[in-house]
Amino acid sequence: MSKQVNLERRRQAIYGWLLLSPAALLLSLFAFYPSVATFWSSLFSKNTRRKPSEFIGSENYADLFADPTFWLVVKNNLFYAAITIPVSIAIALAMALWANSKIPVRGFVRTAYFTPTVLPMIAAANLWLFFYTPGLGVLDQIGALFGLPSVNWLGQPETALWAVIIVTIWKEAGFFMIFYLAALQTIPEDLKEAADIEGASRWTYLRRIVLPLLMPTTLFIMVNAMINSVKLIDHLFILTKGGPSDASKLILYYIWEMAFAFFDAPHAAAMTILVLAVLCIVAAIQFFYLDRRTHYQ
Amino acid sequence: MTGAPFVILKDVAKRWNGQLGVEEISLDIEEGTFVALLGPSGCGKSTSLRLLAGLEIPDEGQILIDGRDVTTSAASDRNLSMVFQSYALFPHLSVAENVVFGLKVRRVPRAERAEKMARALEITGLQGYESRKPGELSGGQRQRVALARAIVAGQRLCLMDEPLSNLDAKLRNSVRKDIKKLQRDLGITVVYVTHDQTEAMSMADKVVLMKDGRIQQVGTPDDLYNRPVNTFVAEFVGAPPMALIDSSTVDGFEPGFTLGVRAEHVSIVPDGKGRLSCTVSEAEFLGSETLIGLNHAGTTGLSVLQPGLSLMPEGAHVDVTFDDHNLHKFNQEGERLAGT
Ligand SMILES: Nc1ncnc2c1ncn2[C@@H]1O[C@H](COP(=O)(O)OP(=O)(O)OP(=O)(O)O)[C@@H](O)[C@H]1O
Ligand SMILES: [Mg+2]
Repeated sequence: MSKQVNLERRRQAIYGWLLLSPAALLLSLFAFYPSVATFWSSLFSKNTRRKPSEFIGSENYADLFADPTFWLVVKNNLFYAAITIPVSIAIALAMALWANSKIPVRGFVRTAYFTPTVLPMIAAANLWLFFYTPGLGVLDQIGALFGLPSVNWLGQPETALWAVIIVTIWKEAGFFMIFYLAALQTIPEDLKEAADIEGASRWTYLRRIVLPLLMPTTLFIMVNAMINSVKLIDHLFILTKGGPSDASKLILYYIWEMAFAFFDAPHAAAMTILVLAVLCIVAAIQFFYLDRRTHYQ
Repeated sequence: MTGAPFVILKDVAKRWNGQLGVEEISLDIEEGTFVALLGPSGCGKSTSLRLLAGLEIPDEGQILIDGRDVTTSAASDRNLSMVFQSYALFPHLSVAENVVFGLKVRRVPRAERAEKMARALEITGLQGYESRKPGELSGGQRQRVALARAIVAGQRLCLMDEPLSNLDAKLRNSVRKDIKKLQRDLGITVVYVTHDQTEAMSMADKVVLMKDGRIQQVGTPDDLYNRPVNTFVAEFVGAPPMALIDSSTVDGFEPGFTLGVRAEHVSIVPDGKGRLSCTVSEAEFLGSETLIGLNHAGTTGLSVLQPGLSLMPEGAHVDVTFDDHNLHKFNQEGERLAGT
């Protein structure tokens, strides 16, 4: 008897490992190993012709913490995240609610909202470059109609980061909307009717019923938006290149610069590890804290 | 009582893209009564109820509740509660939160809310389940939560759309009694949709039988059973339904009528002494009696009840008879003529 149970258990275990192994293998190869290797290389000094690479412990990290540009970039990125995450989620939700209601041109609205998502980021950035260009750009043309002076949106430190933020939101919101739209369609129509009969206003229905039921989706989108706020920098190459005077530089762009423009791989590696650590902590908080307060159907 | 009915529907019509929904629905409902909307699937029962609830707005006609014209009012302004066929419980809220949702929305003070909820849970026998989520309840318990939510607000009009259709036969029987008792104790007016005639006949003070979006007959269960206004009602109500016989097949009747007779008024007589000579098509043992289905040209649904277990072989010949005063007469259009 117990032999059979043992056999069964072993079979289950083998089955489990077999299912896990493809993902585990690929992740090890392309995520875990590079992370560890990056961490390892962040502990060594830069290899130059005069001085070969040597083990220096946390010195690279100390350098970063003493670097004012690093702190400026961190601040930029936090600001970038603090604006793009909530705003793109809010816009996505609003668009999804609208595209889910009984409007005549529903199909068209959905497609229109989704279009920015299918555009490659580089193409989107070029599009917006055209909007932002002083004098020629659409924004300036419209401004001129109202007699406003020409503004170099991308060229001045006060507006550059905002200009980048707007492109990101424009790009992300439609993508997130699709998830919200899918989630909204799983909410049965009769919940709305029951709430109506109980005397709930549309706002109450949204707040007490729809938003809680969308929580799993929101959680998922939030993690994605957070990752994007670090990951999505393609448009910086086209729009501002981090300038002017680092006003729109984000952390991943700075890492890239460090590694491939200044050829300082160890500092880039150290920064990568810091970003990884922060992302892990935030994702853990989101999953473990919010997860417990979320209703899954 | 003020004299005027509590709920009035006047020539209400609702069409979907010009197609049939419901048509010419006129109905008076007295306060404190239990009214059942009965009919086959797709006949417009739910539509009528939703029109009453304000979930649909009629294309024509007028709806009055408690003397107030609510034809175009929003559902929330009609002061009624509703039990949905699918229960429509909020899946992320606990039983307690589901039940008091409406009270919270209407800003009832906390103490009063707690008191009303305790009473509603007691009536529905749900104490101890307050903190469960709907997903953690059985079908019958969910149904009772929906019921508790409907009665907690103390609205005088409660609408129910096939609330028992998801329950098994035994549970259905007991919840049916609960609902009926609740309605009496609270003195509320209930409009109850069902396609199950036993449910309608056993619970309702007044039954509204519908077909193809139109009302066929409004009356007490006794009216529908003993005085059906047309052959549709005759064939729909009762188990087994009324048998219809072409008058030309029975001696002593001129042709051009349809006669109706219920199984309990048909009796088997020795060969040669009956008014109709039939063959047995099936025999069905029901427990206390056996229902024997009979075939005869010019009749539909003819059957006879025999006490106890008395199966008969298929194809056997039997003679049956019935008294003239138990016959219902319908004209060629199927409408009732004179009768019992
Ligand atoms: N939203 C709608 N759009 C189009 N047609 C509808 C709609 N709702 C109902 N109908 C039609 O109206 C008619 C009546 O439907 P209703 O739901 O009232 O039937 P019912 O009597 O409740 O049936 P059941 O016992 O199956 O629930 C049906 O023919 C149905 O197809
Ligand atoms: Mg229905």
